[in-house]
Amino acid sequence: MISAFVYRLTRGLDGPLLIIVGLLMAAGLAAVFSATLDAPARFKGQLLNMAVAYGVMWMVAQIRPPALARFALPLYVVGVLLLVAVALFGDVSKGARRWLHVGFTRIQPSEIMKIAVPLMLAWYFQQREATLRLRDYGVAALLLAVPVVLIVRQPDLGTAMLVLAAGFYVIFLAGLSWRVMFALAVTAGASLPLVWTLLHDYQRRRVLTLLDPASDPLGAGYHIIQSTIAVGSGGALGKGWLHGTQTHLEFIPERHTDFILAVFAEEFGLVGSLLLLLLYLALIVRGLMIASNAPTMFTRLLAGSVTLIFFTYAFVNIGMVSGVLPVVGVPLPFISYGGTALVTLFLGVGILLSINRHRMLVPK
Amino acid sequence: MTSLLAGMHSTEFRNPEKESRRFRGRLMVALGVVVVAFGVLAARFAYLQILRHDYYHTRAEDNRIALVPIAPTRGLILDRNGVVLARNYSAYTLEITPSKAPDLEALIDELATLVDIQPKDRRRFRRLMEETRNFESLPIRNRLTDEEVARFVANRYRFPGVEVKARLFRQYPQGTLASHVLGYIGRVTDRDLARIETEEQSANYRGTEVFGKSGLEQKYEFVLHGETGYEEVEVDAGGRAARSLARSPARQGTDLVLTLDLKLQEVAEKAFGERRGALVAIDPGSGGILAMVSMPGFDPNLFVDGIDPASWDALNNSPDRPMINRALNGAYPPGSTFKPFMALGALEQGKRTPQQAISDPGFFWFGGHKFRDDKVGGHGLVDMYASIVHSCDTYYYTLGHDMGIDNIARFMAQFGFGSPTGVDLEGESRGVLPSSAWKLKRFRQKWYAGETISVAIGQGYNAYTPMQLAHAVATLASGGVVYRPHLVQQVGSGRDGERVAVKSGPARSIGLDARNVEVIRRAMVGVNKEGTGARAFAGVPYSVAGKTGTAQVVAMKQNEKYVESRVRQEHRDHALYIAFAPAEAPRIALAVLVENGGFGARSAAPIARQMLDYYLLGKLTDAPAREIRVPEDEPVAPRGADNDEAPGVRDD
Repeated sequence: MISAFVYRLTRGLDGPLLIIVGLLMAAGLAAVFSATLDAPARFKGQLLNMAVAYGVMWMVAQIRPPALARFALPLYVVGVLLLVAVALFGDVSKGARRWLHVGFTRIQPSEIMKIAVPLMLAWYFQQREATLRLRDYGVAALLLAVPVVLIVRQPDLGTAMLVLAAGFYVIFLAGLSWRVMFALAVTAGASLPLVWTLLHDYQRRRVLTLLDPASDPLGAGYHIIQSTIAVGSGGALGKGWLHGTQTHLEFIPERHTDFILAVFAEEFGLVGSLLLLLLYLALIVRGLMIASNAPTMFTRLLAGSVTLIFFTYAFVNIGMVSGVLPVVGVPLPFISYGGTALVTLFLGVGILLSINRHRMLVPK
Repeated sequence: MTSLLAGMHSTEFRNPEKESRRFRGRLMVALGVVVVAFGVLAARFAYLQILRHDYYHTRAEDNRIALVPIAPTRGLILDRNGVVLARNYSAYTLEITPSKAPDLEALIDELATLVDIQPKDRRRFRRLMEETRNFESLPIRNRLTDEEVARFVANRYRFPGVEVKARLFRQYPQGTLASHVLGYIGRVTDRDLARIETEEQSANYRGTEVFGKSGLEQKYEFVLHGETGYEEVEVDAGGRAARSLARSPARQGTDLVLTLDLKLQEVAEKAFGERRGALVAIDPGSGGILAMVSMPGFDPNLFVDGIDPASWDALNNSPDRPMINRALNGAYPPGSTFKPFMALGALEQGKRTPQQAISDPGFFWFGGHKFRDDKVGGHGLVDMYASIVHSCDTYYYTLGHDMGIDNIARFMAQFGFGSPTGVDLEGESRGVLPSSAWKLKRFRQKWYAGETISVAIGQGYNAYTPMQLAHAVATLASGGVVYRPHLVQQVGSGRDGERVAVKSGPARSIGLDARNVEVIRRAMVGVNKEGTGARAFAGVPYSVAGKTGTAQVVAMKQNEKYVESRVRQEHRDHALYIAFAPAEAPRIALAVLVENGGFGARSAAPIARQMLDYYLLGKLTDAPAREIRVPEDEPVAPRGADNDEAPGVRDD
């Protein structure tokens, strides 16, 4: 009975990918349980989030890639319109305009763009596949720039960066010439001072704090200082599950969301941290394998960029918690508490599963 | 780029193989980036969790564990009969941590709606803020009522950085009684911190907020304080204690049991009434101080939680100078109370025999100056006994001249005149025992023989504290055995299982000839039977040796302000009286000084009488010792000799 149910839920899906994601989820549940010991409702909430996210993943996995492709343009257009709406009518919260009221609930349209942008670009390249020119890359860049600029202006630098990365991966995998990329990189580097002047105060402070956390130990530096203390004090083997003092005495801010890795690293030590990195590496390798075996331009680009988004999430978050990157509001994929992020991530997994599952069935 | 694009241009047809290869190439590049990036993260983790583990471990522990000092309970002070003079009681205080309050004034205004906060509380709080630099909580109100505590607690959420704390307060249940003995405590100041530092007690004072400022509280600060305990508390990021990890309890301060007899002290202070002065009563068999009075006193309770500025000004600006311990820091000429010691010196040094008599014409010529006796026409034939009983100046003028200043100084030094007695209180004055060496050092002048004449009758440069005088009387009463005067009989009351008697064995014996002492004793008994003290000691059932004295010199520097209504009284003589009783086996020796009290016989001796009656007979008199009216025939001499050098002296 149960095995039949499990079979239904997993039939036709890629075993290795499911196992990797399952392990990550297990690690995430352990960490969320520890981080929310004082608020057990959160843990149940996260279980529910995972169930919902898994359901989304399962459904997406059933959709054939051509059908997915049909979503690309409408989703992108709706997303951009919503971003415009946010800029005009959005709610201001903590100095940023990110949320939009849609009757019964409020949504964060920038979240949609994390999937909509790679979907759109992959679809676009698929359309231009036969006659791909430099101009097409320019159009793709424009398609990417519109939502990124809208999100930057909210301002939400973290999400903008993730969307930018997702779009860039598509363009990169589509084969943009190295020379152009090199030229872009040089231009970007040269324009850094200009970007600096455009940054908000809190964003500049985050960058400065990263360079010297001790300069503001009670303010912005507190997050980094306390999370590195948590990580470092974990040692080789960790303090043991539920025994992290930094966690349970509430020294780690945002410990069940963006800083959950500090909880994990404190309680499971270097061994746990490296295992987690290996799991992410495995996830990425598996994702890239699926991309590599994907039959069409669209599926290749989509699978590749989705996989690299996972990498970006993981790298930015882990880098932030361990004090290598500035504090950017990026959750640790599959681990951090939070429904929206989980659904987005599992949507990505669902896309990978769908691409993998239907690769043989797509007519050449 | 050109080659790539050229390739794409050149073929209109797709080349799936080539395209796929290029895509895989890109994937491999991406994978390479991923591996490198993860490698960086792995290295970072290894760095944090292995190389810097010790450092971060310490940081985490520092975060987690706070050592909270547990201040010990201060030791009690008890009199010889176990009457409590200083104790502690617990009360609620409302405390503000200034560093957590952005707008203090607004916060206090808000608090005042819940808890009664007077302007003086605000003033005191400001003073405390100026005194303390560290970011600790300071009391805005002490001794909250239960109702006020309840009101605040219900509204606590509105006041971050404000808490109600239960604290132990020092209390002096006897009020002003024996205030100069006890002294007082106050909040630890920077000066106290320096002292704590030099005593290497810094760790032990981490939770302590008060420090002994004067009296026994000051002298025995480190005994009374006790040992601070520590609680290892696990604290969360908000500084709230999550749980206790370990606890080493505080050890309460050691109690002090005094030699002081509070009842006797009370009799003495009542006997003084409104008059200013000092009294010290010593057990001649041990040096234990039975009573030590400096009038007026003050209420040490005022200082306990920080004295309000108004009371402080009142105490400091009063012309009566209540904050000065006259028994220890007032230096007065002993006047005629010096004579028994002079007589004893003469016997010991062979300058006189008891029977040797002079014929007193009422004056003494020396160096062209006429030193007058206070009795016009003189006392007639005067031997040693009569010289003491009737306080004949002329006898001592000649005796002083015969002995010489340095012989006098050498003899008197043995009784402790001119040096600190070593009593267990801080800041004792040493007084002045004049000698030629002293004068040379002090004024760079040689000693004039004429100056010896007034020194011989207890005037001139002579200046001693009542403590020194009482100590000398006690030494005389014990026949020359010198005990260090002390207030603390025993450290530890047995309440805490610890009891250490303070050793008070005889420091030394002067080695007086007992027969000589007997001569003086008999003469001093005569004083109270047929001499200047007879009126005060009329009908006394025990034998008492005594000597009256009157000193004209203004010994203490008075407030310089000219207050017309006070001038007359302030220029009046100081009255002195010394005594020990029972004369044959003394149990108590004392010295009384009444500032501006006039004749010693009239105002000082009756105080002594009440003390002795109470101590030896257990008789209590409620009324202050009345001044005895001196009949007209008692000496009322013009001030001083014609000699301008010697301050005028008049004897009772």
